[in-house]
Amino acid sequence: MDNDKNEERPAMQPQDEAALLDEFERKIKAEEKIEPTDWMPEAYRKNLIRQMSQHAHSEVIGMQPEGNWISRSPSLRRKAVLLAKVQDEGGHGLYLYSATETLGISRSEMIEALQTGKAKYASIFNYPTLTWADVGAIGWLVDGAAIVNQISLQRTSYGPYSRAMIRICKEESFHQRQGYEIMYQLAKGTPEQKQMAQDSMNRFWWPSLMMFGPHDSESAHSGQSMKWKIKRQSNDELRQKFIDQTVPQIEVLGLEMPDPEIKWNEERGHYDSGEINWEEFYQVINGSGPCNHQRIKHHVKAHEDGEWVREAVRAYRAKQQAKSEENAA
Amino acid sequence: MSQEHLAVYEVFVRSARGLDHKHVGSLHAESPEHALMYARDCYIRRSEGVSIWVVEAKNITASQDEDLENFVEPMDDKPYRHATHYVLPDSVNNM
Repeated sequence: MDNDKNEERPAMQPQDEAALLDEFERKIKAEEKIEPTDWMPEAYRKNLIRQMSQHAHSEVIGMQPEGNWISRSPSLRRKAVLLAKVQDEGGHGLYLYSATETLGISRSEMIEALQTGKAKYASIFNYPTLTWADVGAIGWLVDGAAIVNQISLQRTSYGPYSRAMIRICKEESFHQRQGYEIMYQLAKGTPEQKQMAQDSMNRFWWPSLMMFGPHDSESAHSGQSMKWKIKRQSNDELRQKFIDQTVPQIEVLGLEMPDPEIKWNEERGHYDSGEINWEEFYQVINGSGPCNHQRIKHHVKAHEDGEWVREAVRAYRAKQQAKSEENAA
Repeated sequence: MSQEHLAVYEVFVRSARGLDHKHVGSLHAESPEHALMYARDCYIRRSEGVSIWVVEAKNITASQDEDLENFVEPMDDKPYRHATHYVLPDSVNNM
């Protein structure tokens, strides 16, 4: 992970800035990555900080709905698997926070923005995990949707973000497969288990589609992000890709389609599907989802409960420093 | 002063934008700035890289071979961390 910090630079003349912008745009056009020590437009930096920190927050907040089932996993194997998955999500948060820090924002600023609602995270984590099948549905659908997005982001123009995506994608396959395995076992189990899988998929299907964000025509940041190659494919393109790859997986499970309008369109070479309830999407994004309040409250509590650890670290460092000064004297 | 009394620097080179810096070797130098110049002269004479990091070797904390068992062994009994641990029907096995 890069740790380059951008140093304060003296104020620039307009002609310098124009030359720097030319060079920046040349790199973007030539598919050369932008690295932390390169000059970049302020709006590029801001846009990246917004997107990357939101991505990092999603990894960390996403630990909560799944963590809810660790102590109630149906077997020791499932418990070990779920623990390993949630641990991975924490790690992904770290990769992404570190990559975001190369843009000159501190970890504490990002956490503050999350806790005060200034920064967003994936709205899907504001839905509750009501049954064990939800752990399966999240691994399969939510991680599945995240993978589609993240594979595309491996080609993002910002070097540290691209490298974090490559690392994360390597670890995601396990997440989706363990989720699908849970769904498969339930779907092939007793009628009650199959119903549980069906209900869970029905609840997580639409929020999974919402993960790709608003339609391209409505997306506030998309145009500039695509131009600067922060994003490489549009929300609607990625969403279609996810639908196309997931429908056959639903067929293998033998479950009913969660959307009656899903139908193969020979002409387009894609599946058609019904319209998303965007009103629900904006409600959840803006804080009125079923668990928004609980997620942030829990994050604040966990952060405050961890204060004694940070305090111990500081005390240890101070002690070590005092000792080495004593030895030097 | 013989060269051996100079500090050892480890050299990391980024071969192209977008890639990680990779360790390529080490050298002796009297300061970080000189280490950077020597690294340029030694390691990227043929356009091997677009960015160099030099780190004084004494500032690197490394794992020790004799500790490796404790470091790595706990991972060996967690096969479920690997994607291949999960057996899925053939038609969806590309997941």
